[in-house]
Amino acid sequence: MNLFELTISQINQGLKKKEFSALDLCQTYFKEIKDKDKKISSFLSLSESSALSQAKEVDDLIKDNQEIGPLAGVPCAIKDNILVQDIKCTAGSKILENYVAPYDATVIKKLKKQKAIIVGKTNLDEFAMGSSTENSAFGPTHNPNDLTRVPGGSSGGSAAAVAANLSRYSLGSDTGGSIRLPASFCGVVGLKPTYGAVSRYGLIAFASSLDQIGPFAKTIEDCKIVFDAIKGEDEMDSTSAPLKNENLNFNIENLKIGVPKEYFVKGIDPEVEKIIKGAIKKYEEAGAKIEEVSLPNTEYALPAYYIISPSEASANLARFDGIKYGYSEDKKNNLLDVYLDSRGKGFGPEVRRRIMIGTYALSSGYYEAYYLRAEKVRNLIKNDFEKAFNKVDVLMAPVSPFLPFKIGERIQDPLSMYLVDVYTVSINLAGLPALSLPVGKVGNLPVGLQIIGKPFQEDMILETGRVFENNQK
Amino acid sequence: MISKQEVQHIAKLARLSTTEEEEEKFAKELSSILDYVEKLKKADISETEEISQPFKIENIVRKDEERSDKKKLDNQRLVEMAPDTKNGYVKVKSIF
Repeated sequence: MNLFELTISQINQGLKKKEFSALDLCQTYFKEIKDKDKKISSFLSLSESSALSQAKEVDDLIKDNQEIGPLAGVPCAIKDNILVQDIKCTAGSKILENYVAPYDATVIKKLKKQKAIIVGKTNLDEFAMGSSTENSAFGPTHNPNDLTRVPGGSSGGSAAAVAANLSRYSLGSDTGGSIRLPASFCGVVGLKPTYGAVSRYGLIAFASSLDQIGPFAKTIEDCKIVFDAIKGEDEMDSTSAPLKNENLNFNIENLKIGVPKEYFVKGIDPEVEKIIKGAIKKYEEAGAKIEEVSLPNTEYALPAYYIISPSEASANLARFDGIKYGYSEDKKNNLLDVYLDSRGKGFGPEVRRRIMIGTYALSSGYYEAYYLRAEKVRNLIKNDFEKAFNKVDVLMAPVSPFLPFKIGERIQDPLSMYLVDVYTVSINLAGLPALSLPVGKVGNLPVGLQIIGKPFQEDMILETGRVFENNQK
Repeated sequence: MISKQEVQHIAKLARLSTTEEEEEKFAKELSSILDYVEKLKKADISETEEISQPFKIENIVRKDEERSDKKKLDNQRLVEMAPDTKNGYVKVKSIF
């Protein structure tokens, strides 16, 4: 039996029927990690001994004929900006190189309660700022489909780990596309939930009004199992929202799909466009109604995002001061120098760039021209989506205008890297849920279809995704 | 355009030390990013209010109760993460 071909529910069945043990499964994954991750570098740290002992616990429960949850014994990987108690959490930054998490994030508590097996922490752009995972202070992750190319970012390690069978599923975070882009580039399913659907407690904050934790998986079904395990209101996150339990009555023949015309303009790789349009055509053939819609303020989303997110980041990252925890440079003798040098040397170039953009946009005399204007534009973008969703149930668009690019191709020019996010950031500004679904390849390079839903309608976009997946079987 | 002097000013506000070489590089990069966001000036925001969150959110607050001994232990653990401590307090350099 090839253990890597099993879905989460097949693993659950196999464990219960004692076809294999959780320990076998865990050891198989660690062997694969040791064979393959030298070339991919998806992990920053591994927790083999605790994973193996957790796996044994699951086997003991099964031996005692006790009930186990759907994620029990299933190996997973966690982006290294999500806290797992007593394990290092670096956020891909030198400033947190030796930081050991003092508590579990809420999502981790929920996974541990189900006896999930955490195999390790995955690489990311420093503080989740980037679109290629090249901004990690610990070196880039390589795309498993082509090792000379980037896996996308910022959750590149989490996406690559699932694509390369180094974990069955993983968690990432998405502030402007950081789950969807690497899912698209690596060819796995990635879900960015509605703002507030998943608790952010224990996620190292980047831009608090945009950040959201979500899963990577091989299939829609797996993705849904993980999302259901981590979602829900949390008293530790004042922006988390109570979720309604509605039974979705999904029928492809009643589904209205909107295709925003502004997402198919010049700049998109024609081969990407062909695959996306081909996928939408499949939905039409399956019985869905396709309608062109307009999101007229789309061109303002990226500039608004690159004011709002750095502004929030500049405030959030003020906590890293060389005093409370993390890297500290105190060779000189007064307090100001401790701040300046700890931060100047602890943060990498992209993080410093964004802190400075944010500081500038929020500074006296520029606040109205930049920050306030961007927050008004944010409302325009949100209204565009609301209008479109009066007419259709879901929207379909590319995740990225580009195929996975070469390592080193864009890193020297920050603005060219920002342009990779052009189709993903507006969804965060509006707080919507969106899925990246692998729908084709150009050569060996995967292309993801973005399925965007109304607030808290994750089930709708997942069911919509399942239609394509079933079609491929 | 952002000048080298402006970069020095922003970096100081943001509490980031910089080298001269970095200041020149940041001046160029920040200028090109700020040129790009100039695009926002074309958007018609005359009848729009600003929003800082996607949805209306109600605060979640905890009960106003005395902290348990476990919490106090957690606090001690957090203090111990500081690079320099004294008698259970975080120690800092003098301001002057």
